[in-house]
Amino acid sequence: MNRTQVRSGKSTDKARSGSRISPQPEEKFSEIKKVIEKYADREGCLIQVLHEAQQIYGYLPMEVQQFIARSLDLPLSEVAGVLSFYSFFSVKPRGQHTIRVCLGTACYVRGGKKIVDHLCESLNVGVGDTTEDGKFTFEIARCIGACGLAPAVMIDDTVYKQVTPAKIDAILSRY
Amino acid sequence: MNIVRSHVLVCGGTGCTSSNSPEIIKQFNKELDKRGLSDEVKVIQTGCFGLCALGPIVIVYPEGSFYSMVKPEDVEEIVEEHILKGRIVKRLLYEGDLKEAKVATSLNDTNFYKKQKRIALRNCGVIDPENIDEYIANDGYQALAKVLTQMTPEEVIDTITASGLRGRGGAGFPTGRKWAFAAKEDNPVKYVCCNADEGDPGAFMDRSLLEGDPHSIIEAMAIAGYAIGAHQGYVYVRAEYPIAVKRLQIAIRQAREYGFLGEDIFGTGFNFDLDVRLGAGAFVCGEETALMRSIEGHRGEPRPRPPFPAVKGLFDKPTILNNVETYANVPWIINNGPEAFASIGTEKSKGTKVFALGGKITNTGLVEIPMGTTLREVIEEIGGGVPNGKKFKAAQTGGPSGGCIPESLIDTPMDFESLAAVGSIMGSGGLIVMDEDNCMVDIAKFFLQFTVDESCGKCTPCRIGMRRLLELVDKITSGNGTLEDIELTEQLCYHIKENSLCGLGQTAPNPVLSTLQHFRDEYIAHVVDKRCPAGVCKNLLRYQILAEKCIGCTSCARVCPVGAISGEVKKPHTIDTSKCIKCGACMEKCKFGAIVKN
Repeated sequence: MNRTQVRSGKSTDKARSGSRISPQPEEKFSEIKKVIEKYADREGCLIQVLHEAQQIYGYLPMEVQQFIARSLDLPLSEVAGVLSFYSFFSVKPRGQHTIRVCLGTACYVRGGKKIVDHLCESLNVGVGDTTEDGKFTFEIARCIGACGLAPAVMIDDTVYKQVTPAKIDAILSRY
Repeated sequence: MNIVRSHVLVCGGTGCTSSNSPEIIKQFNKELDKRGLSDEVKVIQTGCFGLCALGPIVIVYPEGSFYSMVKPEDVEEIVEEHILKGRIVKRLLYEGDLKEAKVATSLNDTNFYKKQKRIALRNCGVIDPENIDEYIANDGYQALAKVLTQMTPEEVIDTITASGLRGRGGAGFPTGRKWAFAAKEDNPVKYVCCNADEGDPGAFMDRSLLEGDPHSIIEAMAIAGYAIGAHQGYVYVRAEYPIAVKRLQIAIRQAREYGFLGEDIFGTGFNFDLDVRLGAGAFVCGEETALMRSIEGHRGEPRPRPPFPAVKGLFDKPTILNNVETYANVPWIINNGPEAFASIGTEKSKGTKVFALGGKITNTGLVEIPMGTTLREVIEEIGGGVPNGKKFKAAQTGGPSGGCIPESLIDTPMDFESLAAVGSIMGSGGLIVMDEDNCMVDIAKFFLQFTVDESCGKCTPCRIGMRRLLELVDKITSGNGTLEDIELTEQLCYHIKENSLCGLGQTAPNPVLSTLQHFRDEYIAHVVDKRCPAGVCKNLLRYQILAEKCIGCTSCARVCPVGAISGEVKKPHTIDTSKCIKCGACMEKCKFGAIVKN
């Protein structure tokens, strides 16, 4: 829940994960290179590049940040600064699937919090963490615009409506 | 061109998609194929019809039969009975007036639609958003043609000014005036931006507009470009809206192919093109200066104004930024004239407003009403009231920048001035209904947690002040607050409002101030009686077993995770409050209503 606290701890996480993760296959970097070339002559493309790089690589560890900074001829501090500002970008490896429980107002008044509590317990993870088996990353979303279906849960790109603690277990068992 | 005898419209908005509408479309095509009807009947995926709670929704024309909560296995029956034999499937019709009349007339006769006036949403649920021809057939790009061939930029701005259109993103600044400021600037490079970073929790009209009618936004932005002398536009849209992004990109590509974007539009020598920029999950980017920083690829931090964006905006060039819904009104105004628009609404708030109805209300979904419609009409008539026999307590408008309207003010007209007068704001149009089970202090805390998370940290009043404010309210909800804390809370709210840099901080204390204004007694109950009247705040809850109702079945004792319940079989049980963790499992389990919380 408390993202500000998580944020302040992010820089150290980043440094650690950067040195620990072994480099991924070269081809992913060459894919990112292609993205950068596509945007090269467009002003203010850093965020778009980060979006596509995250899609290719899954997350944005230090090597990827350094690579993007060098390729775009930007200081690394700028790349890391932009990345840490936006909650959509992740510097930690992510699970196979991302569960995002909506806690927008409509979902909150209709009991979204109960689903969060239930998942914390049943998956044995905190908000923002990934399960031990690497299957799910568990996050809270600030309104996904499905207020007519509250409380809603989004798993990857699929929205599930009127979820209850009992229903979510059944949904997760399908993944 | 093929002439088809029947159209089947299936809602493909986010709501209905999650209720499996893609499967319904597949089934329709399969069943029609099987019967050799594919050439006679066309299945179309449209944008949102608005009635999300009853999705997926299917409408069959020419009859206009409005089927709700359709399941893939119902499709065969609709095809066999309705399309083949002409017999409407009554069991699937939307409940309400239609069913009683036994004839499926137009959906405008239902309570949900009767009071609505759809201008911004005119094409949502009517056309296929991924097909530019359908938009054109519904007068699409006619306004752009009229503007480019028959009007001067000044006339366009005068038309918008005369219509009285005000920004639909929240603040309600007159759109015509904004355009005039930017038009006045002498600079060969200017920009037109669209704010589709719909961050207010509880609002989803921008999403539905982009999903249901993306071309109207493109058309309006081109019109704005002509009016102020810009040749490039940007749509800044949330990455959390994948369907909206996809349809917008399709629409831009089609518009380029048809020559409505690009160079020499309609042979008039006017050039205009659009780019989509994805947001990345930062609420503050809904603020105009922060949004522009983000389009430029930087951290989305706001900056002081002036200079206003109309003078120095994106890439330091004159820029106008309007909300999605504002743009959606523009082509309609050009086509129908400013007088038609100005004739709707109240003296100072013209036209219509789209609200996202959510929370404890029967018909959740999207509604578009003339400005000045009362809250009571919206909740009781259009929304169908509060479900489960509960009592209406308050409606929250404006999200984290807004406030609550209590039951005593339910006859408040929904327009910019009236909402401000009762301590709330119009905002982007989220309308969350709360019943007696919602604690207003808890709701205020919910919004504070949101704004504390989303504060960008640039200015101190917002970064630190909001955190202190949250701590104070948290102290109250945990039962440790005093009457002085309530006063301190109020004072701090005013300090933050007055001293913050941008709209986020200046409005962030509003949820607290408005609940203090209308529900002060609940705050006092939390600090003086150490009680949460709605039974929400966990620390102040006490579960109790009513001895006269308890029959000693032991099911509560068995379900209690911490063993706080004891008692002999067939004798009344008791709860050890020192062990109780207030999970509520016992209350859910008890069949005799013997467990109460207070």
